Amino acid sequence: MSEKKECVAMLLAGGQGSRLYTLTENTAKPAVPFGGKYRIIDFPLSNCINSGIDTVGVLTQYQPLELNEYIGNGQPWDLDRNVGGVMVLPPYQGYNGADWYKGTANAIYQNLNFIDRYNPEYVLVLSGDHIYKMNYDDMLDFHKKKEADCTIAVLNVPLEEACRFGIMNADGDGKIFEFEEKPKHPKSTKASMGIYIFNYKKLRQYLIEDENNPTSSNDFGKNIIPTMLDRGERLFAYPFKGYWKDVGTIESLWEANMDLLGKEPKFNIHDKEHRIYFRTPARTAEYIGDNATVSNSMVTEGCEVYGTVINSVLFSGVYVAPGAVVKDSVIMSDTVIEKDAKVEYCIVDREVKISQGAHLGQPKDEKAGITVIGRGLYIPAGRIIPGGLMINADKLAKMNQTQEG
Amino acid sequence: MAVTAAGIIFSNLHDNNIPELTRVRTMASVPFGCRYRFIDFALSNMVNSGITNVNVITHNNYHSLMDHVGSGKDWDLARRSGGLRILPPFISPASKDSKLFSTRLEALCSISDLIDSMKEELIVMSDCDSICNINLQEMIAKHVASGADITFAVKKTVLTAEKAHSEAIVKSDEEGYITEIIDQPEDFKGEQDVVINISVINKDTLSSIVHEARSKNYSNMYTDIINKVSSSKKFRIYRYDGFYADVTSMTDYYECNMSILEKCNRDALFGIKSRPVLTKVRNSAPAKYINGSKVVNSMIADGCVIEGTVENSMLFRGVIVGKGTVIKNCILFQDVHTGENVFLNCVIADKNVNITDNVMLSGHRTVPFYIEKGKVIKDR
Repeated sequence: MSEKKECVAMLLAGGQGSRLYTLTENTAKPAVPFGGKYRIIDFPLSNCINSGIDTVGVLTQYQPLELNEYIGNGQPWDLDRNVGGVMVLPPYQGYNGADWYKGTANAIYQNLNFIDRYNPEYVLVLSGDHIYKMNYDDMLDFHKKKEADCTIAVLNVPLEEACRFGIMNADGDGKIFEFEEKPKHPKSTKASMGIYIFNYKKLRQYLIEDENNPTSSNDFGKNIIPTMLDRGERLFAYPFKGYWKDVGTIESLWEANMDLLGKEPKFNIHDKEHRIYFRTPARTAEYIGDNATVSNSMVTEGCEVYGTVINSVLFSGVYVAPGAVVKDSVIMSDTVIEKDAKVEYCIVDREVKISQGAHLGQPKDEKAGITVIGRGLYIPAGRIIPGGLMINADKLAKMNQTQEG
Repeated sequence: MAVTAAGIIFSNLHDNNIPELTRVRTMASVPFGCRYRFIDFALSNMVNSGITNVNVITHNNYHSLMDHVGSGKDWDLARRSGGLRILPPFISPASKDSKLFSTRLEALCSISDLIDSMKEELIVMSDCDSICNINLQEMIAKHVASGADITFAVKKTVLTAEKAHSEAIVKSDEEGYITEIIDQPEDFKGEQDVVINISVINKDTLSSIVHEARSKNYSNMYTDIINKVSSSKKFRIYRYDGFYADVTSMTDYYECNMSILEKCNRDALFGIKSRPVLTKVRNSAPAKYINGSKVVNSMIADGCVIEGTVENSMLFRGVIVGKGTVIKNCILFQDVHTGENVFLNCVIADKNVNITDNVMLSGHRTVPFYIEKGKVIKDR
């Protein structure tokens, strides 16, 4: 069996995701639950297998335990292969010492030996914090057709938001002549989606050169792409049309969950043509009780709903007691919401117990912001937690002290 | 587990109980409880008790079964050694008579070589339609401690005359030794110990029973074997008191599904943390409830999209309930689609049934209306 692969994907999954606060306290951002039964990383992984890419290196660094366990042998994504498949690549100690991944480019550099094993023509660089469905194979065709050295997927964003992205200025043919990182006065609205296809020979050469430059911050956006542009390499912008969301903040994570709802959702996760795969144990179908109300929501297997659920996403095994109300919220697996408790405009992490009569968050239109409740917390009966707070174990302990004393 | 055990599951024995549903599948692969197939219970019972060498004897129509169990991965039975093995019917060219087995004992005779070659000390045998969540580990431990040859699991049940005809009743002494098994009794009185078609048997005992049965042409384990030697204190009962159902008719099938809507039954069958019921994992998104939907006392599997009203019903994966549609007291299998303003009451719709706009259909609790697989029903 030949070990050669045409294209190898490298998935950058080492980020901490500090803007997700307590949700990423003990887990890497790509392992954060999403959309009822998925993790963020399911999207790039499923895109890979749906695009015929069967060799994926996942570069981990921050809190990798849960992510490693989740990926496992890659079987849910059909990425358990004799040659290739999915491989978790943590930083390691080598002959010349050890180093953490210093930047996105350095992470790939440290794993050149992994890529070399498959002797690929192309390398696809992905990040593990975006929600989207994309056929990378179409992008690869574009890359070949343009005889590009590097192709960068771009999305048209509203001009007023362009200043938050890396902006590609390209000519009519898509050839990039300028790259601006978060420009104050953007010249175009083509935002980089953090998805790159490189000719591997070129990439290898630039990574080695970049590593030998002590002033470089070893980052694709800051160093590799600008250097390639300066040298006159052929860089192309691949226009992507469709849903794409960076879920790096609490607000965007909440929005992306809500984008799944409705008869014609912004992001159709029920699409059978482009399935998103996930690892999950089998659970009993959800039960909706006699006096329950479920409206404009998603409910996952293992749930029991006796109360009211409106405009919300319930992950598996969530229990909503009679009289409890869940509104405009994302409730992750195995959280229990007791009688008469109210949860409004919140993201509640897994295995939280919300006792009788507790009241979390404030109505969305009061604009107090999203309330976040960390994993496994016990919210005492009658406790009121106002809108916009990030509650982890420490904060809750302090809160308990003041409210009791 | 101190002793080793292998499993044997019979997948076809009761196909005739619900001929509508087994026309296209084995009894083992009859859908149940929104996302399960009958065999999931037997497989899960074994796997949850540490049995990792499981053999499924099939007879006919077993494509759906093969499709469901696959490599056995979802039950952790995709193993290098042991794991899941499907045994299709085996007729050698040398055999004069190509008739397939019709009883458990005949089925076992057809795999006698396999039984002889098993290295495990015990065999756990289960019918595919014994819907229960039983602690086999405890049953095995009691069997070993008692020194018995065979232990039959029984459940105390109040029988109706109709139902009794398809059951086997066990008479035992105060120590739990079986004195008699009455198969398909004509007359009976009230509460009885009924076999739930799960038994633990010493492998050597099974081997010798099978060889004796082959040479003497026996076909019924109870009347031909057990009752002849039941005075010798070799056969015991193990009392199981959890949820148990076996399906003997279409009405029975309907009631049995509906009983899962009651919390006590759901918890007894599915709620035991250490013994989850495992099944094939599919890639369905969570169920989606559109504005205007109303769902009451129902179980809904993943992948459903609900815009209408659902009451006292069980929806399998991928069911679509259109706008203005009312589903009452129904069991809708995987990927059943209903259009707008449909009304269904007491309907069992098999896989991929498509019911278009404005159709009204009603059965009765005692005579549920069954729609066969893949049928399209149009108004006019």
